[in-house]
Parts: sequence; structure tokens; C-alpha cells
Amino acid sequence: MDASVVGLTHYLTLAAILFAISIAGIFLNRKNIVVLLMCIELMLLAVNINFIAFSYYLNDLAGQVFVFFILTVAAAEAAIGLAILIVLFRTRRTIDVDDLDALKG
Amino acid sequence: MTITDFLFFAFASVTIAAALGVVASKNPVHSALFLVLTFFSTAAIWLMLEAEFLALVLVLVYVGAVMVLFLFVVMMLDINIAKMREGFVSYLPAGILFAVLFLAVMVYVVGGVGTDVMNTAALDNAIKRAADYSNTEAIGEILYTDYVLAFEVAAFILLVAIIAAISLTLRRRTKTKYQTPANQIKVQRDDRLKIIKSDDEVLK
Repeated sequence: MDASVVGLTHYLTLAAILFAISIAGIFLNRKNIVVLLMCIELMLLAVNINFIAFSYYLNDLAGQVFVFFILTVAAAEAAIGLAILIVLFRTRRTIDVDDLDALKG
Repeated sequence: MTITDFLFFAFASVTIAAALGVVASKNPVHSALFLVLTFFSTAAIWLMLEAEFLALVLVLVYVGAVMVLFLFVVMMLDINIAKMREGFVSYLPAGILFAVLFLAVMVYVVGGVGTDVMNTAALDNAIKRAADYSNTEAIGEILYTDYVLAFEVAAFILLVAIIAAISLTLRRRTKTKYQTPANQIKVQRDDRLKIIKSDDEVLK
């Protein structure tokens, strides 16, 4: 049987690609807050892949505990973000970022 | 290439394709469904990294709860998709430029400069676990001992999130009429009934 070619660098590269895609997504979908929130979830996922890859290759469970807490905070963030979004839509009837300039200086 | 290598490349390509779908979909509902696919294939990759507990948590919590929440919100809001897509093409060069720049730096660090560091024996001490090794048990053991304070804080954060989400979206309707049983019970005879002494002459 051949030796495995997939190593730590493969996982880190995958996470980097995911992170870059979500950066591009934040640029492209900057008018739609829902898709912006999804891109932020994607970024957190990329970071979590890094944590778990290092946790495996360093043989240290602390990385997985960190991912556990990141998932908790991300779930809270998504819940509050979507709640704010609904309140926003109820009062302004729009979620277009360009229309939300009430605080413009 | 072993079978696990093949599986890694298969799931990694599905993950990347689905992530591109999230970013490029016209319809936010399709974006949300692509994000579900991304989470599923990432969970498979986490399984290969022997993080079984977190892989299942990702599917249960993210696909089962957070993404369903996203779908509910996307379907509830009446969004003008065409208007939302304005400027997509004009921001395309900037988006791709920043993404490629960022990716180049990351890959340079991970694959170029970092190769010597990454491939040292110190990093590659992933050990073969016994067949009866339980990832969930191992995480639980350190979560409830070393990280118990952080665990309590995480629980508190979730409590705050519940209260915030409910209090934000709770709708207080002002026009509808409704009973207040407490006031109905507390009412006294004098509040409702008034005895007036009348003059007989007037009634005649």
C-alpha cells in the first residue's frame, strides 16, 4: 500500500481556499445582509478546519475544545444577527445595505 | 494514493464547489442550501481527522438548527433578488483580487515558507488510536475539568442569545384588544357599581 500523501498542508490549504472564497463573497454580495451572514459562517468554518487539523497533527485535544466554543458563539451570533435582520425588515421593509444610511455623518 | 487520500480530495472538491455556490448563487435560498452541502462535506473531512464528536455536532447543530433558521428567515423576508444582485459584476474584479491576494499569502505561508516547519517530526505525531477510543469521552473529560469555566460562560452566552433573540423579535400589537385576568380578579364592587340617591320629584 502506498503512503498517504495528504498531510497537514492539504487541510490548511483547503481552509485557506474556503476563507478566500468567503472574502470574495463578502465583496460580491455586499448588498444582501443574509448572504453576508452566510459568508461569515463560511469563514468560521474555515478557521475551524484549521483548528481541527492542528488538533489532529499535534495530538492535542485543546483545538477541538476551541472549535466547540467557536460553534457555540457562532450559533449565538447567527441567532441574534437574524433577529436584528427581522426587526430591520419590519421597520424599513428592506435589507439592502445601501438603504441603511440613517447614521450617516 | 490511499483510499483516504481519494476521499479527502473528493470531499475537499465538493466543499470548495459548494462554497463557490454559496457566493455565486442568484437566489439566497440556493445559497443557504449550498451552505448546507458545504457543512456536510466539511463534517466528512472532520471525520477523517478523527474529530467524530464535532463532525456530528456540525451536522446536528449547524445543518439541523442554524441553517434551518437561515432558510426560515430567507423565505419569510420578501426580498427583491434582482435589486440585490445590482453591483455584483462591478464588484467582481475587486472581490477576486482580494481573494486571490489573500489565498496567495496563505498558500505561500502554508506551502512555501512553512513546509520545513510543517513537516517536522514534532508536528506529525498523529498517533494511531485503539479501536475502542472514544473521541466524545476524551473531549468530555477535558471539557468538564480543565475548561469548565469556559463551558459555563458558553452556556451563559447561549442564554443571553436566547433572551436577545426573543426580546428583539417579540411583537407587541397595540391595536388588538385582550383581557388582563389579573385586573379582572382584582376589581372591587365600588369600581363597577355606583348607587345614586335620586329625587322622587324628578322621576315623576
